[in-house]
Amino acid sequence: MSARLRVDPIACEARGLCAEILPEMITLDDWGYPLIGGADVPADLYAEASEAVRLCPRLALRLDGPDREPPAPLAS
Amino acid sequence: MKTAEQSPWLAAGRAAAELPRLLPGRCGDGPVSLAGHLARHGRLPVIGRGTGHRRRLIAEIGRAGLSGRGGAAFPTARKLATVAAARRTPVVIANGTEGEPASAKDKVLLAQAPHLVLDGAVLAAELVGARQAIVVVHGAVREPVDDAVAERRRARYDRVPVRVLTAAGRFVAGEASALVNWVGHGIPAPTAVPPRVSERGLGGRPTLVQNVETLAHLALIVRHGAPWFRSLGTPTEPGSVLVTVIGAVREPGVYETGLGTPTGDVLALAGGPAVPLAALLIGGYSGAWVPYPAAAGRPFSAAGLRPAGASPGAGLLAAMPADACGLAETARVARYLAAESAGQCGPCVFGLGSIAAELEALAAGRPADPGQLERWLGQADGRGACHHPDGAVRMIRSALEVFAAETAEHARGWCRGTRPAGVLPVPPQAPR
Repeated sequence: MSARLRVDPIACEARGLCAEILPEMITLDDWGYPLIGGADVPADLYAEASEAVRLCPRLALRLDGPDREPPAPLAS
Repeated sequence: MKTAEQSPWLAAGRAAAELPRLLPGRCGDGPVSLAGHLARHGRLPVIGRGTGHRRRLIAEIGRAGLSGRGGAAFPTARKLATVAAARRTPVVIANGTEGEPASAKDKVLLAQAPHLVLDGAVLAAELVGARQAIVVVHGAVREPVDDAVAERRRARYDRVPVRVLTAAGRFVAGEASALVNWVGHGIPAPTAVPPRVSERGLGGRPTLVQNVETLAHLALIVRHGAPWFRSLGTPTEPGSVLVTVIGAVREPGVYETGLGTPTGDVLALAGGPAVPLAALLIGGYSGAWVPYPAAAGRPFSAAGLRPAGASPGAGLLAAMPADACGLAETARVARYLAAESAGQCGPCVFGLGSIAAELEALAAGRPADPGQLERWLGQADGRGACHHPDGAVRMIRSALEVFAAETAEHARGWCRGTRPAGVLPVPPQAPR
């Protein structure tokens, strides 16, 4: 069961709870927004990751499966 | 079916490698009328009602190798096929926003050959099974496009209703999700991806967003076929491309050339350098700086420019004179890009603002911290919902590399620039 943490940068308002709950995987940038490495969430951190997703006051964090599509092109 | 492999257009025997394809041969005559358009290009080909003919035409566009001319160079046939296969009735939006202040190619195309773009929008709508085509154009060219649409309406020419809208005058307004957001809600700001607009766009419908130049090429491919299209350009990047050439060239303007043409030859179309050059900004304000003598020999194509860290992008070439300060130019554009953030994503809002301030300090010879700048560039890169911060970071990183000697000179209080900054156009910022 591999999953990745993703942040919706529009919804995120730098409340910073995620970095407190999951400091092993999430650090904050100079403005307080979460920096999340692209690595899969290890099994022993899955519970904390789920907790961070559930407690995000902006609902900006989610756990995605590994087979997500690549990002869409910028313009047509 | 075997015959689908052979191109039915091959026998047409058109003088294929002739340029220009999109623009009228002579400038300054005003927009080409519908009669003039028909005399030059022939009637709009009939698209069969069944899915078979539509599928074969999309395959022909795939064989032509047409890719998006708005900057991302995404394969057009793949986007068409995705939207055509969707369950709900799709919508087509022709993107003539051209929010990039340095670029003029979409405006020139819409002002001079509006019927070719409208043909492409109608054909694209038919190919994907859409019942309307929405054409969003820069305010400067709304009138010729309106006139062209009225002319077609009088002639009962279009088989799909065409609606024209004026684009929001913002840099990010042309990004696909921002364009859909603008048409649907009047908000010119990107939305979160996923979903992509090709899956869930305007009113929840699958939405095909194509740059207006891409659609003009499409209208010609449907008429003349893939071999005709491929007779210009390179095998991996076929066709012609519109290029806006600005800065220190003798005749700045919009020119059409085959992809893969040496970049120096594209400059020559614009009369060549007017003064000795230091560098070229290639692709747009989210493109990359390349040192000049090295840049001239590179083919103007994604493959040709990739080793120099650049790409054709939206078809911009800006020639920077050797007596201008590249850092000052970059700082001005960085400040503009920071102000043009849609203001939704923190790392873009705060990152680009901080980066611009640091660059301004660097350009002005005030104390600046290159380590801090690099740290912020890393923290802004890839951190937005759209690629606006990534593009700004790419352009600024290339400037720091190409103008590295200037950076060192500025730190000692020197600047080789003897002309005021202003080679790259930056519109005044509206208060928000």
